[in-house]
Amino acid sequence: MTLLIEQTLNGIQLGLLMFLLAAGLTLVFGIMDLVNLAHGSLYMFGAYFCASFTAWTDSFVIGALLALPAALLLGVIVEVVVARKLYRRDHLDHVLATFGLILIANDLVRLVWGPDGRRIPLPAWLNQPIYLTPDLPYPTYRFAVIVVGAAVALFLYWLVTRTRTGMWIRAGASNRTMIGALGINVELLFTLVFGLGAVLAALAGLMAAPIVTVSIGMGDNILILAFVIIVIGGIGSIKGAFIAAMIVGMIDTLGRALLPDLLKTFLSVAAANTAAPALSSMMIYLLMAGVLVWRSTGLFGARG
Amino acid sequence: MKRGLLASAALLGLLSAPAWGQQSIKIGFISTYSGPQASIGQDMRRSVELAVEHLGGKMAGKPIEVIYEDDQFKPEVGKQKSEKLVQQDKVNFVGGYIWSNVLLASLKTVTDDGDTILISSNAGPSQIAGELCSPNYFSTSWQNDQTPSAMGQFVQDKGIKKVYLISANYAAGKDMLAGFKRTFKGEIVGEDLTKWPDQLDFSAEMSKIRAAKPDAVFTFFPGAHGVQFLSQYAQTGLKGTIPLYTAFVIDALSLPQLKDLALGVPGAQSWVNDLPNEQNKKFVADFKKKHGVYPSFYGAQSYDTIMLIASAVEALKGDLSSKDKLRAELKKANFKSLRGDFKFNNNHFPIQNFYIQDTVKDADGNYTLKTVGVAMKDAKDAYGDKCKMK
Repeated sequence: MTLLIEQTLNGIQLGLLMFLLAAGLTLVFGIMDLVNLAHGSLYMFGAYFCASFTAWTDSFVIGALLALPAALLLGVIVEVVVARKLYRRDHLDHVLATFGLILIANDLVRLVWGPDGRRIPLPAWLNQPIYLTPDLPYPTYRFAVIVVGAAVALFLYWLVTRTRTGMWIRAGASNRTMIGALGINVELLFTLVFGLGAVLAALAGLMAAPIVTVSIGMGDNILILAFVIIVIGGIGSIKGAFIAAMIVGMIDTLGRALLPDLLKTFLSVAAANTAAPALSSMMIYLLMAGVLVWRSTGLFGARG
Repeated sequence: MKRGLLASAALLGLLSAPAWGQQSIKIGFISTYSGPQASIGQDMRRSVELAVEHLGGKMAGKPIEVIYEDDQFKPEVGKQKSEKLVQQDKVNFVGGYIWSNVLLASLKTVTDDGDTILISSNAGPSQIAGELCSPNYFSTSWQNDQTPSAMGQFVQDKGIKKVYLISANYAAGKDMLAGFKRTFKGEIVGEDLTKWPDQLDFSAEMSKIRAAKPDAVFTFFPGAHGVQFLSQYAQTGLKGTIPLYTAFVIDALSLPQLKDLALGVPGAQSWVNDLPNEQNKKFVADFKKKHGVYPSFYGAQSYDTIMLIASAVEALKGDLSSKDKLRAELKKANFKSLRGDFKFNNNHFPIQNFYIQDTVKDADGNYTLKTVGVAMKDAKDAYGDKCKMK
C-alpha cells in the first residue's frame, strides 16, 4: 500500500514537471499557432542558468530565483528577434527555423559551459528523505517539486480563468484574428505569452536539473513528451495540458512500477523482464494514438 | 548532382592519401566527445595522447596518426564514423568504443573490411565474445559479464542472501545482470532494466527497491547515469539502509561529482589506479601531472589499446602487409599492460584479474580509488566455447 502511495507521488511529481514544460508549449502553439521545437532549449537554458547562479551564490534557491528572470529575458529576446518573424509563415518554416534554434542553442551552451554535464548540488535539507508517515519516507526535493508545481498550476489556473490577461489568452487560443480586431495589442500579448512559456520551461528545467543532471540537449528528449502531452490534452488548452501531463506522468511511473509484476502473472520471468521495459516506454505513445483515434482534437481542444 | 559530389569527395580522398613509402601508422579512435558522456571520451583521448607521447610519436620508426571520431553516444552515428575511418581514411586499426550498442552496430563494418583490425578499449558485449567473434577483433578491456561476475562473487562471499538488481536496458546492461547471476547464488528479489539512455529519473525503481526489502542492491549505470543513480539513492534515504554494490558506476570521472556519496560503495574493476606495476605508476603520475586529475579505467584501457598496437607493429618492423602475421603478433599480447601482463583467450578477450575497489581520499584530499582485494584471478570469460576460433 505504501508502495502504491509512493509511486503515485512519483507519478504526480513527474506529471507536474512535464505540465510546466507543456503549458508554455501549448500556449505558444495555441495562441500564436507557432510550432516551437526550441521550447526544449529554453528548458535547458533554465537548468544551465540555475547551475551557474547556484555555483555563484552557493544557494540553490537563490540560484533558481535568479534563473527565472534570466529565462524571461531570453524568451523575450527570442520572441522579438526570431519568433515574431515566423507567425505569418507556415508550420514547415516554424519547424525549420526552430530546429535551427535548437542547434544554435546546443552549440552556444557547449561554447559557454563546455561539453561536460553539470550537477546542481542540493542544500542538505532538500537532500534527504522526509517521513510522510513513519514508514513512508519520501525524498524532500521531490516533495518540494510537487508543492512548487502544484502552486504554479494553481497560479496558471487563476491567471487564465480569473484575469483580463487570461481572457485575452483564452480568446487568442480560440480566435486570433478576432481579438486583434477588438483592439487588443496582439504583439504585446504574444511577447508576454512567449515570455511566460519560457519562464515555465526554465522552471521545469531547473527543477529537473538536480534529478537528471544538466547537460547539452537535455530538453530535446523531453520535448517529445511535451508534444505528446499537448496533443493528448488538446492544443491551446492549459486544463488539457494539466490533465494529460498527470495521466502521462502516472502511466509512465506506474508502468515502470507495476508492469513487470503484471506481466509475470501470465508470462515467464525472462519474457516479462524483456517485455516490460519495452512496453512501459511505449505506453504513453499508445495512449496518444488511442486518444487521437477517439478525439482528433485531443481531450480539451480549444479549436474544433 | 549527388553522384558528382560523391565522386569529387572520393577524388579528394585519393589526393589526400599520403605518398607510398613514408606511410604512417593510422589509428582511428571512436569515442563519445560530445553530450553528457563527453568526459569519458575526453579521458580516453587524453590517455591515447599520452600513450603516443610515451612512444615518442612513432611505432617502428613510422609516425603515428590518430584520427578521433565522435559517436555522439548513438549507434547509428558510431557506425557511420566507423565506415568513414575504414573506407575513407583507410586506417590500419580502429580503437575506442565505450558503448556495447555502438560497438555492435559498427563491428561488421570494421572486422569484415579485411584490412582493418578493431581493438575495443571498453565495450565487451557477450555476442562478440561468442558467436560473433572475429579474428580481426581484439579487446584491451573485458567481456561485459566479467566485472559484475567478480562483484557477484564478492557479494556471495560476504554471505548476502537477497539482492535486488537494477541496470540499463541495452546490450551491456543485460550482460551485467547475466554476469552477476553467474556467481551470485542467493535469491534475486527484484530486477529492473531502465530505458537507455533517456531515463535519468529512477523514482519508480527506488520505491520498488525499498518495498522489496533486499539485503543489498547491485547496479550498473556508466557515466552520468551512475552519478544520478547514486545521488537519488541518497535522496530517497536508501543509502545507509540498503548496501549498494556496483559495476562501472564509481570511477575517476564520476568521483569528483559523487564525492561522499561514493564512500562505502564498493565496485569491481580489472584496473585500478593504484596497481603497483612500473608502467602503471608512470601512466598515472604523468597523466596527473599533465591534467591535474586521476585517469579512469576507460583511459587505462585506451592506453593499453595503443600499446598493444605498438607491440605488434614493432615486432613486424612496421610492415603491416600480412594480416595473418599482424593478428599473430597481436594475439601474443606482448606488451606492458597497465594491469600487468595478460594473455588472450581464444576469442581475443583478456584473461585477467578482477579487483574490488573502495573510495578513499588521497594525500591532497581528492577522492580516488584503492584496491582492497582480488575478486577473481586469471578469469576467463564465459563465452569462449561459443566462439569458433581456436
